[in-house]
Amino acid sequence: MTATLERGLNALREQIDAPVASFFTSCVSCGLCAEACIFYKETGDPELTPIHKLDLMRRVWSNEYTLFGRAKSMLGMGHKITEGDLTKWERLVYDSCTMCGRCTLVCPVGNDIAMMIRKMREGMSSSGHAPAELVGAAERHSDYGSPMGKLHTMLAAKIKAAEKETGIPIEMDKAGVDYLVLLSAQEIVEYSDVLPALARIFKKAGVTWTISNEGFEATNVGVQIGNRDIARNLVSMVVGAAEKLGVKGIISPECGHAYQALRWEGPNLIGRSYDFEVVHIIELLDRLAAQGKLKTKGKDHTRLTFHDPCQINRRGGINKEPRRLLDMVADNFIETEDAGTMNWCCGGGGGVGANDRAADLRFKAFNRKKRQFEGVGAEKVVTMCAYCHHTLDEQLELHNMDSIETQGLTEMIGEYLDDEA
Amino acid sequence: MADQPMLPELMKAHGISRRSFLKYCATLTSAMALPPMLAPKIAHALESARRPSVIWLSFQECTGCTESITRSYAPTIEDLIFNAISLDYHHTLQAASGHAAEAARKQAMEANWGEYLVVVDGSIPTKNEGYSCIAGISNVEMLKETAEGAAAIVAVGTCAAYGGIPHADPNPTGAVAVGDIVTDKPIINVPGCPPIPIVMTSVLAHFLTFGLPELDDLGRPKAFYGETIHDRCYRRPFYDKGKFAESFDDEGAKQGWCLYKLGCKGPTTRSVCATVKWNDGTSFPIQSGHPCLGCTEPDFWDNGGFYKPLSTPAGDYRKFAAAAVAGGAALGVAGGAIGRANKARAARAHETVDAHDLEKKS
Amino acid sequence: MNNPYFDLLMWARGPGFDIALTILIGGLLLRVVEIVVLSRKKDLAKPKGSPVLQGLKTIFTRSVPRKGLIKEAPVTYIGGYIFHIGFAIAFLFLGAHIALIDDLIGIQWPEANKALIETAAALAVVALIALAWTRITNPVRRALTTFDDWLVWLLSILPLVTGYIAVNRIFGDGTLMMAIHMLSAEALMVAFPFTKLMHAVTFAMARYYNGSIQGRKGAES
Repeated sequence: MTATLERGLNALREQIDAPVASFFTSCVSCGLCAEACIFYKETGDPELTPIHKLDLMRRVWSNEYTLFGRAKSMLGMGHKITEGDLTKWERLVYDSCTMCGRCTLVCPVGNDIAMMIRKMREGMSSSGHAPAELVGAAERHSDYGSPMGKLHTMLAAKIKAAEKETGIPIEMDKAGVDYLVLLSAQEIVEYSDVLPALARIFKKAGVTWTISNEGFEATNVGVQIGNRDIARNLVSMVVGAAEKLGVKGIISPECGHAYQALRWEGPNLIGRSYDFEVVHIIELLDRLAAQGKLKTKGKDHTRLTFHDPCQINRRGGINKEPRRLLDMVADNFIETEDAGTMNWCCGGGGGVGANDRAADLRFKAFNRKKRQFEGVGAEKVVTMCAYCHHTLDEQLELHNMDSIETQGLTEMIGEYLDDEA
Repeated sequence: MADQPMLPELMKAHGISRRSFLKYCATLTSAMALPPMLAPKIAHALESARRPSVIWLSFQECTGCTESITRSYAPTIEDLIFNAISLDYHHTLQAASGHAAEAARKQAMEANWGEYLVVVDGSIPTKNEGYSCIAGISNVEMLKETAEGAAAIVAVGTCAAYGGIPHADPNPTGAVAVGDIVTDKPIINVPGCPPIPIVMTSVLAHFLTFGLPELDDLGRPKAFYGETIHDRCYRRPFYDKGKFAESFDDEGAKQGWCLYKLGCKGPTTRSVCATVKWNDGTSFPIQSGHPCLGCTEPDFWDNGGFYKPLSTPAGDYRKFAAAAVAGGAALGVAGGAIGRANKARAARAHETVDAHDLEKKS
Repeated sequence: MNNPYFDLLMWARGPGFDIALTILIGGLLLRVVEIVVLSRKKDLAKPKGSPVLQGLKTIFTRSVPRKGLIKEAPVTYIGGYIFHIGFAIAFLFLGAHIALIDDLIGIQWPEANKALIETAAALAVVALIALAWTRITNPVRRALTTFDDWLVWLLSILPLVTGYIAVNRIFGDGTLMMAIHMLSAEALMVAFPFTKLMHAVTFAMARYYNGSIQGRKGAES
């Protein structure tokens, strides 16, 4: 099968529902969404206005989902979508949007623009207009279980190393435990210090857990590229593993879109509710701390700040949890301007980080974070998403700021875990 | 006509001093919005004017206009001025009737051919000439015949000026205004139901002294119909403050607040009621607590109801609104259903893809 | 003889109003029902917050701008507020308009004085001019602007200006200006279902959906 314009349009047609119709009906073209968009703010390019990025989907809605638009189309006044339009919009829908959702929160009429970008990507991907890197990642993920290829051997090695470091055995594919732990490829490859941290925290808290060889990958390229068939397959791997092992819950690791994919999109992709819970690792750690099962000792005295991952805070609702945890382990924690719900995106999410074409945009967008970090004189940035973490590392280096240390919050909690208590 | 007394003699006979006559002339001057220095000229003109012959024709009317011009404090100066003309025919006022009266009219016309003034009150039926006849002569016929030798015509009252109440929907008699029948003579419209007495006499005075007054697009003397009642209303400050009577017996009505919400047509009605007033300057409808009906305007009877505020819809919009609710909802359901069908069709056309289908393969 | 101005006024109060009201109500209902019928799939993810409550809450809270955003687009925000509030005061508190609303739906409230209404209307006009200015000068707004935006702008400013002229007899025949004012408002009613003016109704739906999507996740909206 091959991607075609018609299949792309068909996919767009499938995406239009009452919320989308109400959003397009309500838009007054005020342009305030642009003021919230990191890509517009840092480039000043009016083409990057969020609502403009949805113009093709707006046309489908207008031409096919309104009586007035249908009448106009019949009179030959409908604005049709061409292959050329789709090519032009690739840059707008993939390169310059991380689906961070700041626009969604400032729109005065309440349009959920980020949600519509997710929908529009369905049409873009089905028409063959997704970035090559994301297509490659989707193929690898589907074929080998992870967007970075076959990581089973590497995972086994990292687990062995963690066991060695902590002296705590980590049993793979163990049925009947409390939680199935998922990891993002980024964590397996780049930030595997999270594994020993998890082992120690859970041992202390009395939480039983396992990792499945059949579904350990938390990320979901299908959600990023915008293709629900692929997203469904990928989420099904994990759900299948969880159900097979009979766990009480799945732990969504420090990864933004993975949390969206597993927690919020997953049930809708597979068409049924889960029998188990999906909990973000930071949510769980906060819960354990509240129950007195997570105790720390000592504090980090570095001047540190926290970077909120868009998909976990703004679009995931996990806001106070990381701050409560940080207060346990840091005494020089300072918030940047707009921190929390309206935090500025790192510029790498939503597949932008994997997209070579977007390298320049990503660099420019990071100027915002740069100013914010400089503004508070941060020596260290903590976050709770491995891909934000990765982007921070990449961009801090490119902006000659690599004196600033970065760390995942789980790993940091592990560092200050009170093993004695 | 030489045997008829001139005005100074009449004044003497009625016991009116020259002083009060001059005062009246000043009033007229101001009522006609003329510069005050013209008052003596008016006095002189009235004093020396030859009394023109006036033929007063009453058609489909209620005699209200005649009542208005005659029923006032006697002897008024208006009344006097009326005596200054030679009212040769007025079938309500004259003693003669029937053929004798008609003979008087014909005689007056012949004697003053081309110079007499015709005053008309009442509208003219056109559906059936028999609807209104005088001595067997239909109104249309009498008007045409009388107008032929007239110097000018004064259409007194809204019926004569614009058709008035007989003209009101559904206009059973096919009533029309004087101007609809006579098109080749100067016509001065003095509308009102009835017009204010001094306005009528002032118009006559103006005609006697300066000829035809300046008229607006509706044939009304601008001096008396230049401003709206709302512009000059003493209750206007309440309108501006947003203080309105909501009913005829509420606190607002007692406080003398604006009657807009009770349907006052002051804002669209041009007349000097609010300044000249009625009954010797005693009062006018709004002052006595009733909204203006807009009687100096054409079709005032059909202008959306006397007690409906000007800003409210005049039509039967509720039935349209009900139809719109039903129609809009039905179309909405249809539009939504078409959308859903479109979406279902797209879902059927959906071919499940895997990651290897995301590229264009040629 | 007819008074053409009064005839125009009577047309505006009669057939004109009937036509405008029919199109307004019918078109509005059509567009809202069309959206509702399209519906959305039930969300199967177990909610963390309350989608319904937060949806309803967002209808109101979204009227307040996010912290810091006003300074990013001061004219759009402040102009937008002044226009909406000014238009609302001028429309809702003039005695003649209250009489209209009372006639339509049988409810009424106290009138404001002319000074307040005219200040509000004047400010709304100034705000509209400022908003038009940014539509021309701001690259984002210029790029987003279509014919629809200018049409709606014109139809919004006309009733304010003609209303002011009619009440104050600035020029023209009072009756004619009143008729023109009514016709301008009727033009606004007719255009309503076909233009972005629809936002005045569907904003509540959009905000509700936005709030409910965010609320399900326990996120702010």
